[in-house]
Amino acid sequence: MATIYIDNKPYEVKEGDNLLHACLSLGFDLPYFCWHPAMNSVGACRQCAVKQFRDENDTHGKIVMACMTPAADGTRISIDDPEANAFRAANIEWLMLNHPHDCPVCDEGGECHLQDMTVMTGHSYRRTRFKKRTHRNQHLGPFINHEMNRCIQCYRCVRFYRDYAGGRDFNVFACHHAVYFGRHEEGVLENEFSGNLVEVCPTGVFTDKTLKQHYVRKWDLQTAPSVCVHCGIGCNIMPGERHGDLLRVQNRFHSEVNGYFLCDRGRYGYDFVNCNDRIRRPRLRRATGGAHVSVAAEEALEGVANLLHFGARVIGIGSPRASLEANFALRSLVGPDNFFTGMSEKDLLMVRLMVDILVKGPARSPSLSDIAGSDAVFVLGEDLTNSAPMIALALRQSVRQRPMALAKKMHIPNWNDAAVREAMQNEKGPLFLATPCATKLEEVAAHAYHGAPDDIARLGFAVAHELDPEAPAVEGMAEQLMSLARVIAGDLGMAERPLVVSGQGCSCAAVIEAAANISRALHKKGKPAGLCFVVEECNTLGIGLMGGGSLEQAIAAARKGKADTVIILENDIFRRTDAASAEKLFAAAGEVISIDHLQNETTVRAGIVLPASTFAETGGTFVNNEGRAQRFFQVFVPEDEVMESWKWLRHMRDLTGLPQAEEWSGLDDLTSALCGAYPVFTGVKEAAPQADFRMIGRKIPRQPHRYSGRTALLADISVHEPKPPDDHDSPLSFSMEGYEGIPPSALIPRYWAGGWNSVQALNKFQEEVGGLLRGGNPGRRLIEPGKEYQEKYFGRAPGPFSRRQGEWLLMPLYHIFGSEELSSRAQAIAERSPVPYIALNAKDASELGVDGGGMIRLLLPDASYLLPVRITPSLPDGVAGVPAGIVPHLSGSGLPAWGRLKKGEGG
Amino acid sequence: MTEKPLTKNIRPGRAPLSLKEYEAVGGYLGLRRALKEMSPKDVQKVVTDSNLRGRGGAGFQTGQKWSFVPVGEDAPRPKYLICNADEMEPGTFKDRLLMEGNPHQLLEGMIISSYAIQADVSYIFLRWAYKVAAARLERAIAEAYENNYLGKNIVGSGYSLEMYIHTSAGRYICGEETALLNALEGKRATPRSKPPFPQVCGLWGKPTVVNNVETLSNISHIVSNGPDWFKGLSVSPDSGTKIYGASGRVKRPGLWELPMGVTMRELLEEHAGGMRDGFRLRSVIPGGASTEFLAEEHLDVKMDYASVQKAGSRLGTGTMIVIDDKTCPIGAIHNLEVFFARESCGWCTPCREGLRWAEQILLAIENGEGEPEDTGILEEQCRRLVPGNTFCALAPGAVEPLQSGLKIFREDFERHIREKRCPWK
Repeated sequence: MATIYIDNKPYEVKEGDNLLHACLSLGFDLPYFCWHPAMNSVGACRQCAVKQFRDENDTHGKIVMACMTPAADGTRISIDDPEANAFRAANIEWLMLNHPHDCPVCDEGGECHLQDMTVMTGHSYRRTRFKKRTHRNQHLGPFINHEMNRCIQCYRCVRFYRDYAGGRDFNVFACHHAVYFGRHEEGVLENEFSGNLVEVCPTGVFTDKTLKQHYVRKWDLQTAPSVCVHCGIGCNIMPGERHGDLLRVQNRFHSEVNGYFLCDRGRYGYDFVNCNDRIRRPRLRRATGGAHVSVAAEEALEGVANLLHFGARVIGIGSPRASLEANFALRSLVGPDNFFTGMSEKDLLMVRLMVDILVKGPARSPSLSDIAGSDAVFVLGEDLTNSAPMIALALRQSVRQRPMALAKKMHIPNWNDAAVREAMQNEKGPLFLATPCATKLEEVAAHAYHGAPDDIARLGFAVAHELDPEAPAVEGMAEQLMSLARVIAGDLGMAERPLVVSGQGCSCAAVIEAAANISRALHKKGKPAGLCFVVEECNTLGIGLMGGGSLEQAIAAARKGKADTVIILENDIFRRTDAASAEKLFAAAGEVISIDHLQNETTVRAGIVLPASTFAETGGTFVNNEGRAQRFFQVFVPEDEVMESWKWLRHMRDLTGLPQAEEWSGLDDLTSALCGAYPVFTGVKEAAPQADFRMIGRKIPRQPHRYSGRTALLADISVHEPKPPDDHDSPLSFSMEGYEGIPPSALIPRYWAGGWNSVQALNKFQEEVGGLLRGGNPGRRLIEPGKEYQEKYFGRAPGPFSRRQGEWLLMPLYHIFGSEELSSRAQAIAERSPVPYIALNAKDASELGVDGGGMIRLLLPDASYLLPVRITPSLPDGVAGVPAGIVPHLSGSGLPAWGRLKKGEGG
Repeated sequence: MTEKPLTKNIRPGRAPLSLKEYEAVGGYLGLRRALKEMSPKDVQKVVTDSNLRGRGGAGFQTGQKWSFVPVGEDAPRPKYLICNADEMEPGTFKDRLLMEGNPHQLLEGMIISSYAIQADVSYIFLRWAYKVAAARLERAIAEAYENNYLGKNIVGSGYSLEMYIHTSAGRYICGEETALLNALEGKRATPRSKPPFPQVCGLWGKPTVVNNVETLSNISHIVSNGPDWFKGLSVSPDSGTKIYGASGRVKRPGLWELPMGVTMRELLEEHAGGMRDGFRLRSVIPGGASTEFLAEEHLDVKMDYASVQKAGSRLGTGTMIVIDDKTCPIGAIHNLEVFFARESCGWCTPCREGLRWAEQILLAIENGEGEPEDTGILEEQCRRLVPGNTFCALAPGAVEPLQSGLKIFREDFERHIREKRCPWK
């Protein structure tokens, strides 16, 4: 710690931090633009000027940039110094020479950092009479709107896009006052994290294009703390609603999970909530085989009641994309023996294996910030950029860990970003990848191996064996691979914070076991290796912990006559099993009730469809891949007859007329019951305050205090302003009235502080800028590695992959845009999704007599597909790739699977 | 006649000395002496003792600059020595003379300097427009390689050095040593933060020294003749000779190697031949465009670092621009600010925006569209664009002629604004 003096008052700060970091952490209002807590200092904008004095006798002082000046013990500065104040105002005046004076009609108005800083410095009058410089804007794709005239040249965009996220198709061009930020030519921004430019840009150059299509001001958005549903990472988000539509998603800071950033799937996937495929009224068939008709809730429930009479045999199929509470409600309704997870046998096997490994230890599942801090990493079987993009982003930071030592040796502080990067040059720490074919992360990897899942597993087993001879050896490994295994083992073994990453991507138990063996061997050597498993959906791990049979078991139960009625919760079973098996369920079940929010094959086939809330219209808990229970809150009350799944299930439970042990008057009751039923979920209750929590007797408003038009919104229907809806399930209210201060971190609905209207107001919600939220980060880890673990390795490595004559091993290839079920229904994401294809290497393609673009007929036991060929040189011989979740029905075929290929008609 | 070590072997209008000719007049003896008889430390000491100060404009002690380079077994490698030959200061053309006139003198200085810091690679970062210099330096480097003054085991000393010319794309900011390093790495030519200084983290993150052409051209003479000889060349506390220059409406514009510390009057009247007939001297920018105007009363100021500073300007590159009474000073200042605003790299706000605004105001005044508050705004820009407020020294240099001009030519500014026209047009 160091004592520094700010305007003659002493403060304790961390020695060596830069002064801007220190001042902001102490709560001072010091304006800035180019500095960013995740990207540090470069000293470009000159906005954070303060006066520094040599000692207490120095009355003259010297202006310095706070962001570029270390806080050393005894440092004396003044923020309020008249000359420093005047310089900061002058700096804003310079920036405003060319910035449009059109805040009232600018997209960023009301949440503009430049606007805030302008007010903060007191600059108000335009003294220049000259023409402003103007630029041409570019079309940058469906996510980002470009308005270069607003640019104040803080360089944050290019630093984020290139330095932080590794993008290449965006840069800074020209010089002097003509500096331009964009692409070398118009076109879609390629980087998977481009949406962060919206929040990184301190003004309105880069704005959310999807928001623009249904634009409202920040202050007119109703927002609540939520969790992303588009992969298993559980990034914290803040969705915003107005007029019953979800209008945008912004980052909700969590220092251990997503930090300041989101991937583009997470930011732009929200639009599925508004899509035309939403089910908004109950539907049922009045006659068997008849068409669906929309009915009132009462009629639908009457139909349900007839199916749930005493003695009826009812089974429930849950879902890894539904909350713990909804799944638990279904499980309680049908009884534990009749509850199925909704995952395929194959997926469930993987998830159980991963849960088992994490629970029994010794390796700890790392948070994203742990991942970014790792100094040697081995990834087995995951194309992270597409299956868990934020892990890929974290790994791009992790490769800087080891070379950072070079900067340290030169006494360059970590926050001096440009200097650190200069000292490091292109040095990268060890990141090893083993995947079925080339992935984007290879740009920063030390080595990438491509092989079939069994071969990836063999490499992993060999690495474990190299680390610990007691780990099972691999027979018949080629010398080249053995030497690779030795290199990987060497780097992992030398690291201080090694990390192994694997997951569901290959659907191969041996790959997961290999990853576990490596982490176990590292622990045995005294290295606290992290073990990160990627899971596919937002609550995969949650339902894995809850337990229940597979979808195949559910179908078997139905076929055995155990199901008069099947209730399917937020699950399209056609994505999880082949069409023939799914049809068997419908044939065997007396009736199928589907509770879901988007129309899909399951809802089309179900007899009764009940309109469920999306994540934005309900509350609940998800468990992310790390084992962290995270509470998400309802953002808005849905219109029509849409209702939370758990409430539909509560209705059903009431309809059975049976006496119940526990009451489900609110969501908290379900959470409590869940915690009671499973020791592992005990922590879930602590993930966020309960519904009766109040701040000084008041609820926390979802609507900001400047929410406009409240009395006019419904005036076309009635001039009497209705009472706001009640929220019995959370401490938040659907209102603009309530507690205005800083709530507990799990309940922060938006970032706002006096004078800070932009996302940068977040500074005020943190204990230290860039660090923990005040009172600690939200959420609760449910899994910590067992202290007493057995020194036991997973058995034997599989034999090497051998290709088959006329058959190919079909691997699912993940796409950030398109592979995930819900986000692919958002229009902007759909625009970026690939069309169906089959990937082969050139040799295999020519063996089949086709070139890139030619057609292939893929034959599976129960289906066949005609697909255009995409040549993927890195695919091993005998392995073919198909896009995951994009070819209808194919994802339900339990990939990887063997399929016959032949030259297609017209190919 | 005083000694003129830098220019005595320059033959105006003729090809520069070939390596053989250069050797015949004692060339590369200093190099042999340094590499074979002296340790790198010794060379550094001689240069430090000579009190040689950087001739690029800032006047930093050369020996001291070198002393920050890590030496010894565990020093990072490779180390670099870079010759800053990106001479783009308006009114300055002294380095061009040295490179075109005697390239081997520069090479010898570079090789000795590289040896002093134990550099492995050296670069000449050359202004793109200096095509003649490029060709002559290329040839000289080839000759030096052929004669083992470059390459492996130079003249049997055990020391090895590679040398390359990099012809820049042509930006004034590349003369800023850290922007030069970025440009050399193929990045945008924006300056870097200091610390870390290039001696520690320079080109490609390795220890690097950047010296000016004239500075390096002095090195072989200092090593050959010793620090006392070098000090004796001067008539001021700053050692050595200096290549002074004069441009503007003088009778004989040009360059002269003179003892450090001659007066401006001597320079102007004896060497430049005084003002052309019909023109009267109004003012002088003593050291390239980024120094402050001095008035007639300062003509007896000695042209050394301390004296010019005392008079309120800087020695800079020592090449003066003379302003006469038939030239509109506002137009002249505007012309300079057009250059500086255009050459701003666009990295920091004050320079990027402030210089452009000043340039716009100056143009308006010159065009008869000035407003009474304009001079106040210009003064404000000058007050704000000072070292520390800006990222590098470009803008502080750029406003030196402006802020002094606002004082010296106050009446001219006011007349432009009052009469809503340029009195010279």
